[in-house]
Amino acid sequence: MTVDHMTGPRPAGQRSAGQRSARPRAPGHRSARQARPQAPAGLPRLIPADAVPDSSLDAHLARLGPLPYPPSAGALIGVAEAAGLTGRGGAGFPVHRKLTAVVQAGRRPVVVGNGAEGEPASSKDGSLLWLAPHLVLDGLQLVASAAGATRALLYVHRDAALIAYLSQALQRRFAAGTDRARVELVEAPDRFLAGEESALVNVINGETARPQFKRPPVYERGVGGRPTLVQNVETLAHLALIARFGADWFRAAGTSAEPGSMLCTVHRADGGRHVVEAELGAPIRSLVRLGGVQAVLCGGYHGAWLDPEHAARLSLANASLRPAGSFAGAGVLAELPADRCGLAETARVARYLALESAGQCGPCFNGLPRMAGALADLAGPRPGGQVITDVRRWAGLVEGRGACHHPDGFVRFVRSALAVFGPEIGRHARGQCSATDRRPFLPVPAAAAAEADWS
Amino acid sequence: MPRIMVNPVACSGHGVCAELLPELITLDEWGYPLVDDAPVPRALDGQARRAVRDCPALALLLTGGRDSR
Amino acid sequence: MNGIISSTALWFASRATGIVALVLLTVVLVLGIAVNRHGRLPGLPRFAVTSLHRAVSLLAVAFVAVHVTTALADPFVSIGIAATVLPFASHYQPFWLGLGAVSIDLMIALTVTSLLRARIGRRTWRAVHWLGYVSWPVAFAHSIGSGPDLWHGGLLDLAIVCAVAIAAALGWRIIGTRRENPLAQRAAQVLASWPGSGPGHRRDHPAAPRNRGAGQFRAGGRHDDQFRDDQFRDGDLRPKAGAR
Repeated sequence: MTVDHMTGPRPAGQRSAGQRSARPRAPGHRSARQARPQAPAGLPRLIPADAVPDSSLDAHLARLGPLPYPPSAGALIGVAEAAGLTGRGGAGFPVHRKLTAVVQAGRRPVVVGNGAEGEPASSKDGSLLWLAPHLVLDGLQLVASAAGATRALLYVHRDAALIAYLSQALQRRFAAGTDRARVELVEAPDRFLAGEESALVNVINGETARPQFKRPPVYERGVGGRPTLVQNVETLAHLALIARFGADWFRAAGTSAEPGSMLCTVHRADGGRHVVEAELGAPIRSLVRLGGVQAVLCGGYHGAWLDPEHAARLSLANASLRPAGSFAGAGVLAELPADRCGLAETARVARYLALESAGQCGPCFNGLPRMAGALADLAGPRPGGQVITDVRRWAGLVEGRGACHHPDGFVRFVRSALAVFGPEIGRHARGQCSATDRRPFLPVPAAAAAEADWS
Repeated sequence: MPRIMVNPVACSGHGVCAELLPELITLDEWGYPLVDDAPVPRALDGQARRAVRDCPALALLLTGGRDSR
Repeated sequence: MNGIISSTALWFASRATGIVALVLLTVVLVLGIAVNRHGRLPGLPRFAVTSLHRAVSLLAVAFVAVHVTTALADPFVSIGIAATVLPFASHYQPFWLGLGAVSIDLMIALTVTSLLRARIGRRTWRAVHWLGYVSWPVAFAHSIGSGPDLWHGGLLDLAIVCAVAIAAALGWRIIGTRRENPLAQRAAQVLASWPGSGPGHRRDHPAAPRNRGAGQFRAGGRHDDQFRDDQFRDGDLRPKAGAR
């Protein structure tokens, strides 16, 4: 896959809010002796266009300079709040509020960087870990220092090469004396839900990758019973840049309500997969080609299908996407080629999502498979009718009734399919399908089959 | 104000709660509780506490008490 | 005692309440298993099973209390108070009475944790409640060992009936648990029984595929994610001959 940087072509006369050239700030405490590295101007910020996997610190330090720390909790919370940084793992929760909650829990916390990336269509966390590991690890040290944690964990996809690579990066940091908190690498099982906050805590505690009932919440009782801060690796990377270059620099991209940039995984109609960094508020049409495309999936498998005409008016920001039934999430965008069947794709993904249910909550493991079965029917040559009514009823029944948001995301995805592919449902009911290419398009791995798959 | 909440991981669909507190809890088509998340009226306090106490799976909670809970 | 309550009367009361307590404990364990298996008593609401389990267990505690008190008060045998809870500490029939003490200890643990269930949390309560399966055999052994009444006649039949009831209930529990799908299979089982389950099966339907499966689904081999498109022809979705 390639990593591009997007400055995003815009129609004449339209500028994203707050767009101006970024100037590096010189924080007062920085020593005059050190050469002041330039803050990244424009995009990309996280992953330079010429980045290659490199576990050594030299290139990282040459580009960005050393990390100014240790920050106090108040300082880091303050700068995170001023920057308006929100989580980049999908939930978009304000970082300063999570940090505050963990610090206020009172006992010595544990911090975790979440790089599990359970969403099959997302590659941005993996790319970030390969191409900018030290940025992520800087961010992890920042939150560890601020929260007063002596134990930091990096939770990553089960990939031997990645683990070896990250171990090397950690060793270099240890040799250079940059890290105060000891970082442990933890492997995540290959489950869709493995990156869910409470499932992550469960795995680290030695249990299966299943979400837990959120009382008490993870920021009060998590890993080893301690208050636990969980942040996506991209969030930590942004934090590492904010600590160096300041909140104003961060806000030089994005909108005032949703500042900064985010990594997106874009699936092109020709089958290519790219990780790009875009500023929040960038028009969707600057990220995906809308011509000749049947629909756009925005927000990954818990996101929503969008009509191309509708997508043309939307931008990469929750303020724009939520009213359209979608959300920015972890930045997964996919162009559905015109010659595929959207219902078949939806049915395949739905089946996978249903089988990835943790099997704990009655509404979820009853409702999702039934909806998936119904979608498989709709993707076939059968009249829709009663099946659609059932799907809508089940969707209403499962929403909000699980321990995690898996059923909610599933319902969002399915409802959008019923809306966007409505005409296709009609065609199928009459025995016709507009697709000419039956090959699967969206990446769907084998789902969990046995209990052993959850550890 | 107290509200009824279900721990969906602990709940295995016994259905005792729906019998003890039918004003606020009904069962869906799979036997799992659908809970009205409006505040529990004072008149139903006793029944709500009984439903919480008698859930075989200890999956029902009362949050945000009138009394200290 | 000064003879007002004769030793014989106390001895009789102790034996009688002991037998009743054993029957009640049998009922408690069977009801407890019924709760676990989502069983219903015919014609009664579900909360009847849980309420009865609770009520009968408290009644059993009461009978055990009288059983112990009358045995202690009986001057014919010397059983110190400590021996009621300290196993094997009595001079009279130390082994069989010792089992009785163990049984009482377990009952105390079960009762106290159950009364405080909401405060101690689910996990702790469940862990202690498993001891219920231990307390019945211990009580039964104590009854047989220290109660020659149970060796003949009608009371022997009663003891056998209790044992058979427990065996049947245990069988129900074990078979039921083995037929339940592990968490990892639950969604798959529901998916595999589509479209057989249909919209909204009745909860009381014996084949309800909720979390206790008919056991039909086998994990056997991962399904790949190939959508079954062999029923389609391009542009025309009418099923080919022989397709489902």
